Amino acid sequence: MAYSESAWLIPLFPLAAFLLLTAWGRGFRRWAPIVGAAGSLGSLVLSILVMAEGVDYRDRINWIKIDGLSLSLGYEVTHLTSLMLVIVSLVSLLVCVYSAGYMKNDERITVFYGYVSLFVFSMLGLVLSDNMLMLYLFWELVGVCSFLLVGFWYHKPEAKAAAKKAFIVTRIGDAGLLLAVLLLFWYMPNHALDFAGIQNVFHGQSGAVDDGITTLIALLVFMGAVGKSGQFPLHVWLPDAMEGPTPISALIHAATMVAAGVFLIARTFVLFEASPAAMDTVAYVGAFTALFAATIALAQHDVKRILAYSTISQLGYMMLALGVGSMTGAIFHLMTHAFFKALLFLAAGSIIHAAHKQDIRELGGLGSRMRVTSILFGIGALALSGIPPFSGFWSKDAILSAALDHNPVLFVAGLLGALLTSLYMARLYFRVFAGKPSAASEGAHESPAVMLIPMIVLAVLAVVAGFADTPWNEWLSGWLLGGEPSAHDSSSPTVMIVSAAVSLLGLYIGWLAYVKKTIRPASVTEAMPGLSKWLERGYRIDDLFASVIVKPYRMLGTGAKLFDRYVVDGVVRLTAGAASGLGRMTAALQNGQVQTYGIAAVLGLIVIIVVMAGRRFWS
Amino acid sequence: MLASYLTMAAILFCIGLYGALVKRNAVIVLLSIELMLNAVNLNLVAFSKYGVVPSINGQIFALFTITVAAAEAAVGVAVLIALFRARGTIKTDEFDELRR
Repeated sequence: MAYSESAWLIPLFPLAAFLLLTAWGRGFRRWAPIVGAAGSLGSLVLSILVMAEGVDYRDRINWIKIDGLSLSLGYEVTHLTSLMLVIVSLVSLLVCVYSAGYMKNDERITVFYGYVSLFVFSMLGLVLSDNMLMLYLFWELVGVCSFLLVGFWYHKPEAKAAAKKAFIVTRIGDAGLLLAVLLLFWYMPNHALDFAGIQNVFHGQSGAVDDGITTLIALLVFMGAVGKSGQFPLHVWLPDAMEGPTPISALIHAATMVAAGVFLIARTFVLFEASPAAMDTVAYVGAFTALFAATIALAQHDVKRILAYSTISQLGYMMLALGVGSMTGAIFHLMTHAFFKALLFLAAGSIIHAAHKQDIRELGGLGSRMRVTSILFGIGALALSGIPPFSGFWSKDAILSAALDHNPVLFVAGLLGALLTSLYMARLYFRVFAGKPSAASEGAHESPAVMLIPMIVLAVLAVVAGFADTPWNEWLSGWLLGGEPSAHDSSSPTVMIVSAAVSLLGLYIGWLAYVKKTIRPASVTEAMPGLSKWLERGYRIDDLFASVIVKPYRMLGTGAKLFDRYVVDGVVRLTAGAASGLGRMTAALQNGQVQTYGIAAVLGLIVIIVVMAGRRFWS
Repeated sequence: MLASYLTMAAILFCIGLYGALVKRNAVIVLLSIELMLNAVNLNLVAFSKYGVVPSINGQIFALFTITVAAAEAAVGVAVLIALFRARGTIKTDEFDELRR
């Protein structure tokens, strides 16, 4: 109990690190990685202790009290949150260590670590929050940190644009989440916003809240998750967010923040269980995104963009799992994905660090130059592709079998997505590491140990994390559900064999195409030049948004600007002109001649007389 | 009877007022002021003879006014002469010192 009671300390370590780094500033360069990592380490140690204790605990203080309405600040430790705490603090610690090497020569390394610490604080706060309002606050804070870190290299115009895009696009989802919070506040008995209260009210749908409203709230919560977790159609910001430093892509845009949407739905899962329509929406959007993003990933050329689309696709899998009711499958995949995707991004960072190129057409044959990185990247790729016994296989299997129980269409979509996943990972891996070294790869050398060690830790986790929940050992689902027997995760051997076979098939096709060269990938491109161009541009979703949303909006803005310039400013200028004109007129009256003043006095007297005389007649 | 005197006085006063406000020559302005004063004198005398409560007081006031007007005219002409010496003109539109 002792550790869970002090769980509120967990986010404060990184906050302290952030304050320290901000206060010291640039004179602190050598210490920045140590301070940043120490903050995350403190959180990690306490998180592990809390998780090992495995006790549910919640506590809160009153924050604002108005007329019997009270808003509280509180924290809540459950099995789900303690697992998330460990994942977040672990990945952030490893990323902090890695960045010590990757960001070594950056001028603003203290600022970087400050932002990272602020992000870790916000993310841990988000996980620990015991009510929707606090969660929303931290939700916005992680958005801000993402904005700051995507635009970290603000001298690059692309990075600036990407930061703005990330912020604005996720805001669309955030608006939905805010509406959901407001609706909850409105409709919940006693205006309670805490998760325990939500659990009580919606569990088994007691009828306290109307069915239609429940669906609306669930869909709005999902909208928030769509924005943050990069689901179709709000996924457009995530590939662009890769303009940020690579460790950030690993930490925020692969392992933790983008998973916040999944976490949010898992946290308010009872809302979704109460509304079948919302569940179906989540499942179909997730499945569609999984498939959709995987096809785009096939045609990308930038290492990080491939991984970004892969992240979108994997988040789609998590949504799919949530939508078919397998909360444990989603969280399981979230965990394994956090490990192997962070590993892949860090390995990609290692490649970029060594070769200073991130276009796979310019890379090649790095395997001989960077042996350790190539092995680690390979482990990540195998885990992502779902090859047994790597972790991705087990979590993907849990999702696919849950999908099969629910709806065969979703299962087939997931299976196709798995095929594409292993295909694009094979393409990425073989293009970068196999073959003869290209010009860019010639001078490449292995990264320093400080970058390799976090990758090795993640690689170990990417291999073994899958065993947390296998058909013969359902530890994780048991842990998450608090001992309740799991209804769904009865994965049949058939699903396992089929999904493994499909993944292997994808790898084999990739091997044939990019190593053996029996299939010429170019022949596909030549046969359908339109399609590959289309895929490369991400189905032109950006162009669609540009013409459907951005352009009308800009026209509206231009109209408003003209209105402002000519109508509003016109009124202002007219007022000013009238005042100064009147002033000029009266100034002309003051000509210093007694006779003029006399005329004015007489006229004034006449006016007074007329008024006095007139009053007699009118009143 | 009273009305005709008062009308006459009003006409005189208005002519004086017009001259005082409009004429450019300061001497004529002074004469116009005399005209207005005399319009007042006429009123005083008329009221003392034909007013609601006739009394000799009005005529005595008229005498006072004539005395004051003589003094005023003397001071006014002296000021005009001083002005003419200082500025070489007595045109009223040349004098706009009040503006500064």
